Amino acid sequence: MVDDELYREIILEHYHHPRYKGALPDANLTAEGMNPLCGDELTLYLKTDGDRIVEARFDGRGCSISQASASMLTEAIRGLTVDEAKALLERVKAMLTGSPHEPFDEDDDLSALEGVKKYPVRIKCALLAWTTLEEILHK
Amino acid sequence: MMTSLQTQLKYDVEAIRADFPILQRRVNGHPLVYLDNAATSQKPRQVIDALVHYYEFTNANVHRGLHTLAEEATEAYESARAKVARFIGAEPESVVFTRNATEAINLVAYAWGLANLKSGDRIVLTEMEHHSNIVPWQLIARLTGAQLHYVPFTPEGEMDMEALDNALRQEPKLVAIVHVSNVLGTVNPVEEITRKAHAVGAKVLIDGAQAVPHKPVDVTRIGCDFYAFSGHKMLAPTGIGALYARRELLEEMPPFMGGGSMIRRVTHEFSTWADIPTKFEAGTPNIADAIGFGAAVDYLQHVGMEAIRQHEQRLTAEALRLLEAEEDIVVYGPRDPQRRCGLVSFNFKHVHPHDVAQVLDARGIAIRAGHHCCQIIMRRLDVTATARASFYLYNTIEEIHTFVEALDDVRKVFGKYGG
Ligand SMILES: Cc1ncc(COP(=O)(O)O)c(C=O)c1O
Repeated sequence: MVDDELYREIILEHYHHPRYKGALPDANLTAEGMNPLCGDELTLYLKTDGDRIVEARFDGRGCSISQASASMLTEAIRGLTVDEAKALLERVKAMLTGSPHEPFDEDDDLSALEGVKKYPVRIKCALLAWTTLEEILHK
Repeated sequence: MMTSLQTQLKYDVEAIRADFPILQRRVNGHPLVYLDNAATSQKPRQVIDALVHYYEFTNANVHRGLHTLAEEATEAYESARAKVARFIGAEPESVVFTRNATEAINLVAYAWGLANLKSGDRIVLTEMEHHSNIVPWQLIARLTGAQLHYVPFTPEGEMDMEALDNALRQEPKLVAIVHVSNVLGTVNPVEEITRKAHAVGAKVLIDGAQAVPHKPVDVTRIGCDFYAFSGHKMLAPTGIGALYARRELLEEMPPFMGGGSMIRRVTHEFSTWADIPTKFEAGTPNIADAIGFGAAVDYLQHVGMEAIRQHEQRLTAEALRLLEAEEDIVVYGPRDPQRRCGLVSFNFKHVHPHDVAQVLDARGIAIRAGHHCCQIIMRRLDVTATARASFYLYNTIEEIHTFVEALDDVRKVFGKYGG
């Protein structure tokens, strides 16, 4: 059967029950991401107060990996400062691309994304939400 | 072996499979079930041997040397052209070797389009086109001021002929249309469309990338002006394709690229061109792969294109029958297997096609998931991607069953629809 390294339960759980899905009407920062390989689209909405991210939501269509990753992102960056979010983003990117990074705790949902790195084609799916975040934060 | 195939009344798929070394492979512990033929086909031993033989025995540049190898290489290259031409009912002079269908279409866009289109001229495309028959025309439209007009397809996935008639009333200069859709599988009535387009004075380009590999095609009977296709989808190596163009058009068109081989006489100021088709083959061509293309056409011809078409139709009918019976699956394109070629695009109602392809890969089954270079079709179907199983002469009914049964793994991982 299929490798459950990739489809870890926590990924499927986020996919079936995305945490913060749907537009955020009073967002002050938004960006659209697209995976040109597969056409998947994602919009990320942030609301900030000073340099703190107080709300984060996403919308769009995509595979389980891209949707779960976006759901985890919205959950993880709420309450972070912009700098903290940037640091987290770098850590996730490093994990997905197999570069040195501070590992995530096993009980941190984000650690479940590590299984994706064995599937080069799917890394882009997992990265979509994070590169969209990067676009917002570096704007 | 190949002659015996011809004389056998029954289609001997096992004998065909034995010619394709890659079909012996196992993937993730399972025998490979290769259902991504619309992306590229596998290659028989005969084609691989033709490449090896060329490099081990004949290799030399063509049209340039007076020595034995150069003559043999030129002979082999030109004989491959003659085979490919005959395969589609054309004269060798009308067939230009290109890298693929995409380059063939770009050749027409730049050589014919730039010389013949001007501001306000209309180019009729369809919403069924592959990006390779859209983007070159967008580029040419930008350069010339010509306008693009898209003919839609019906909810059944067939060309909207009424919309086409309306588009033709505006007297376009060019109608560029796909013969067989790589997403919907639809076989378009290209003869009728060509006749109608010619009646209003339009030239007709047909993208045959998914047609020539799977059914008998006769460009003379179709009557089109240009016809583009790729070798790699029809058992040939990658990097070789062909453009058929009517002789008079090739003669009057300016060259596409300049360089060696395509000239007659070069002076400081300007040059004159070689005869067609060499005029359109600047530089050292892809000799080995062209020869492989010839071997591929030989192979297809020995099996017989009509036999291949019928075999694929059996596979397609079975796949359609099984997929349409599934409550949680949507199938795209015409319902009637007679109206399509050997591929089926589908989606689970609740699972993204990437995930479907990934789960099947764990079973050694290769299908494609994505937009298939047809984002306009995706938008019309209101999806971002589809899964697609595409068949060829070496696929079996058992493989179709393995594929459909493996879809149960998708339900195991992602749950049942509505449940
Ligand atoms: C209908 C259609 N047209 C054109 C192409 C382009 O073929 P190639 O990439 O070989 O140029 C393809 C292949 O993907 C196709 O399916």
